This record gives sequence, C-alpha cells and structure tokens, in this order.
Amino acid sequence: MAAATGVYQTTYEGDLALRTTRIEHVRLVLALVVVAVLPFVLTPFWMTVANQIGIAIIGAIGLNILTGFTGQISLGQGGFLAVGAYTAAILSARMGVPFPLTLVAAMAMTALIGTLFGLPALRLKGLYLAIATLASQFVIIWVVRNWDVVTGGTESLVVPPATLFGYTLRGDFTWYWVIAAFAVVATLTATNLFRTGLGRAFVAIRDQDIAAEVIGVDPYRYKLLAFAISSAYVGLAGALLAHYRTIVTWERFTLDVSILYLAIIIVGGLGSVAGSIYGSVFMITLPALLQSLGRSLGGTFPQFQTRLPAIQLGVFGLVIILFLIFEPRGLARIWQRMKDYFRLWPFRY
Amino acid sequence: METFLQLTVTGLANGAILALAALGFVLVFKATSVINFAQGAFLLLGAYGMYFLVDTLGIHWAPALAIALVAAMAFGVGVERSVLRPMVGQPVIAVIMLTIGINEVIRSLVQVTWGTSPRRFPEFIPSGSVTMAGATVPIDRLWAIGIAGVVFGLFTLFFQRSKQGIAMRAVADDQQAALLQGISVRKVFAMSWGLAAVSAVIGGALVANIIGVSGGLVDYGLLVFAVVILGGLDSIPGALLGGAIIGLLISYTAGYVGGGLQQVVPYVLIVLILLIKPYGLFGQVRIERV
Repeated sequence: MAAATGVYQTTYEGDLALRTTRIEHVRLVLALVVVAVLPFVLTPFWMTVANQIGIAIIGAIGLNILTGFTGQISLGQGGFLAVGAYTAAILSARMGVPFPLTLVAAMAMTALIGTLFGLPALRLKGLYLAIATLASQFVIIWVVRNWDVVTGGTESLVVPPATLFGYTLRGDFTWYWVIAAFAVVATLTATNLFRTGLGRAFVAIRDQDIAAEVIGVDPYRYKLLAFAISSAYVGLAGALLAHYRTIVTWERFTLDVSILYLAIIIVGGLGSVAGSIYGSVFMITLPALLQSLGRSLGGTFPQFQTRLPAIQLGVFGLVIILFLIFEPRGLARIWQRMKDYFRLWPFRY
Repeated sequence: METFLQLTVTGLANGAILALAALGFVLVFKATSVINFAQGAFLLLGAYGMYFLVDTLGIHWAPALAIALVAAMAFGVGVERSVLRPMVGQPVIAVIMLTIGINEVIRSLVQVTWGTSPRRFPEFIPSGSVTMAGATVPIDRLWAIGIAGVVFGLFTLFFQRSKQGIAMRAVADDQQAALLQGISVRKVFAMSWGLAAVSAVIGGALVANIIGVSGGLVDYGLLVFAVVILGGLDSIPGALLGGAIIGLLISYTAGYVGGGLQQVVPYVLIVLILLIKPYGLFGQVRIERV
C-alpha cells in the first residue's frame, strides 16, 4: 500500500494505532464533525435517508466480513435481516423484552440461523454457495410468511416504541444518534477484527483455502465462524431496522435487499470496512437523490415521477455494471488513488 | 385420476418453459462458466418483444418470431461483447453481480417501456381444451410441451451435426485444446449468449401465450436454478429432465399439498441436492471441495 511508504514507527503504540499520520487524524475528526452536524442541517426526508444509511452500514459490514473478507458469497442477506428484525419485533411486541436485550437476542438468533444456513459452505464454494444461499433467502422468507402464529404472516407486525435508560426513542433525530453510535461501534469492532488472528484466518481462507488449511487454519471452523459473526452484525442491523421503523413486514426483506447489500459492498469495495461505509452512503443516497429529483421535476416531466421505481432499478443495475467493469475494487480503491495522487503531487509516482 | 392428469399436463407445460429457460442458462455455463442470473430477464424481454411485434406492430406471429429470434441473437452477442468480455478471469462474485446488474437493467427498461400492469398476449397457439381419459386438458399446454420437445431436438441436432455446435462442445470440454484446433473461443462465447437469448425468446413466447405478459415472468429466472442444480449445471438433457421434474413437483405440491408450499419446495430441493449430490443428475463432476 503506497500510503504506508515513509511512515516509520518507533514505538509499539504507534505500530498498534489504527491511524498514524496527522492527515489521517484530521480526516477522522472531519468525518466525525460531519456526522455530528448532519442532523441539525438535514431536512426530514434526508434524516430518514441518513438513518437508513446508518443501518445499511452495519448490515454491509456484516456482509463484507462474510463475502469480502472470507470470500463466501451470500445471497441470503435479506433473509438474515428478516431473522434479526422479526426476533427483535416478536420479543418486544409479544413479550415486552427491553430494547437492549432484544438487540442481543436478535444478534444471537441471527448468528445461529446464519451458521445453520452456512453449513452448505463447508462443501460448496463460489457459484454453488451463491445458489445455496439464494435458496436460504427463499426458505426464510417463506417461513416468515407462513408461520402466522409467530410472525404474523403477511400482516405487518407493530413494534412498541423502544426505551433506552428510561428515555423513549421516537423520531428520526433521536434515532440518528442511536444508529450512529451502533454504526461507529460496528465499524471499530470490524476494523479491529481484521487485526486479530481470527480475522486473518478469514482472509487466509478467502485468498487460498487449501494454503490456509496447510498453515493450520481449520476451514470448517472458520467458515462457520465467519457466517456466525457476519450474521450477528446483520441481525443487529435487522433489529435496529425493526425498532426504528416500528413496523416489520416480510416485503422489506426480499431478494432485492440481498442484491442491494451485495451491490453496496461491491460499489464500496470488497474486503474493506471503510468501503462498506462508502458503498452504503452511495447506494442509499442515489435512489433518494433520484426520488427528490423526480419530485422537483414532477411538474414538467410527470413521466419521470410515475416511472421512478423503474428508473431507480435501472440506475441501480447500471451502477453495478459500470463499477464492475471500470473499478471492481470500488469506491474504497478510488478514494485510495485520490489520496495517493495528492500525497505524491506533483509527481506521478 | 383426472386431477392427476391435469396436474401432470400443467406441470409438464410449466416444466417445458422452465426447461427452455434452463437451456439458455446451461448453454452459457457450459461454454463460458458464467452463472447467468439474467436468464429471467431474457425471458421477460423475449415475451415483451413478441408482444410488441405481434400486438403493437400487428405482424403475423410467424415472421414476428423470425424477427425476434434474429434480434435475440444480436442482443445476446451484444451483451457478451459489451459487458461480459471484460469479466474474463474475474472472481465468481463479480460475474454473478454483473449478470444481476444486467437483469435489473433489462427489468427496468421493460418497466419504463411497457409499465407494470400485465398485458394479454394475442395468442397464436390454439387455445381451448380436449378431454383425455376423463380429464380436461388445455391444448396450449400440450403445444408448449410439444414445442419445447422440438426445440430441444433441434438444439441436440445442432450440437451433434453442425460445425458450430461441435465447436461449442469442444470449447466447453477444453478451452485450450479448442483454441489449438483453430476454434475461435471468442466467437463461441458470443454465440452461446446469442443462443441463450434465442431460447429465452421461444420460452418467452410460450409463457406469454399461456399466462400472459407481466413483470412476474422474471421469477422463472430464479426457478431455473432449481432446474439446473437438479439436472447438472452443464447438461442439456439435464435441463430437459430437470425442467420436467421441477415443473411436476411444483404442480403436484400445489394440487395435493397446497398452502403455498409450492413456492418454497424448489428451493428446499436446491439445498438438499447441493448437500447430497452437488453436481446434479447429469452434471460433470468437477466441483471443487475444500
């Protein structure tokens, strides 16, 4: 990595730090300032978008751990989100379990289900695994729709407002801080995960599974662990979604959601925690931008407004295709190149 | 018995359409090792294309089909040349997501052009029904089964007898050896995508005749996975047999069990097959295990 050139550590603390140069610290502070200022300047529409982005970041980090870092393709993200959302919703709506506990339960439950559906990964890889997880998506959603007694079937499930430390969480502004806090924690834990032996084992399996086994990484164990850890993140995202939306329906967890999350990590950058964030911001903002464009053009071009869902779909597909052809390593790589360009400026290399 | 016969014909007709969609999938996978998530969108485009030619332009169905087949060939080759060529040597996930991207773009184009409400297709296959062994069987279903059989027969002939077909089989068998024989692998890649689109047009025309044209046709593209996993990803007879089995399975489940179970049975079957016999009934055993 070019950015590391010329950075020489003289202390162990410096070697362990996530950020070493001054410019990196400045950027981090700037990013945090933006996150802190945003809710005071955004309109209600964009506040909702911001909260969606926050939840998507947590889910995308989860998927990136599995697909980007461990190399196990999953088309079952929507189903796993549903498991998290329904676990949290059922616990709080029917049993009155407090909000933080429902989050923990949702993470545990999704990790369990995720591991179960990860079992085919022990024998399959690549496209076969993709199809197996595709099947798991349909099986989970089918169960949700037909297990009326527990999930409410095709009816929507209403979740009572969440309370945290005796304070009721209502409205986009309050939720923004909760979601932002969880997103920051998810980012930090995921970043640090890949500095541990466990995270490195995941990467070893992705890069060369046979070589990984030779150097003592048990592929069975670590693949299942990757499914479990990834699903726990996804479960958290699902649970937050349930509490934030206060309504859970199966329609929010279809195959399109799985595809959206895969698109997020591809556009953001496979195998990059920061990429999950860039991808979430990009892929959630884009349809919202089109939507507000449609509203402002609605008077002059009513066709645009009526065809909006189709146009959003088309732009979505086009973005995936263009990124895969021109920058398969995503926004994270583009950002890296921009940084390198200005760091070395005026020289090319 | 009557119900059984009716369910069997419905299932086989559905299976015939599935088999045609699966044929396109298998052709692409066999030659290029690309797993095509856009086959459902191809089918959709084929159905709407035929609708446009026959209903909107008012062309007789026979020349319309000919035009559609030529256009499909050009479209398939175009897709391969423009977006799939850069994907050679890229990881599986990139290729999968690329075909998903194609799928979404085609769906969007169809929605923008024709809207979302279902259309009635000007049927050219004779409708009505006949009574067989006491059961009333719709004729168009029987035609669908027959046409699928003929198309599979033609494709088999193509692969057995024609120079192009043999070249395609050679590339599927061993790309480098085929290159050494002077076969243009690029042409074969483009050709396989073209043929996939062609089979989608035939499947699309059939399905449009039987159930009408709507955005829901894309779902056939997902059921195709059950067919090809069962039959073997690279086996043409497997596509035919797999299509029939999956079609019958859905039909019998809907008829005898009900409760919406037919929507999930194919996917449960996928998981079971992948766990027990991942290369399917006729697939080549070259799956990599860890």
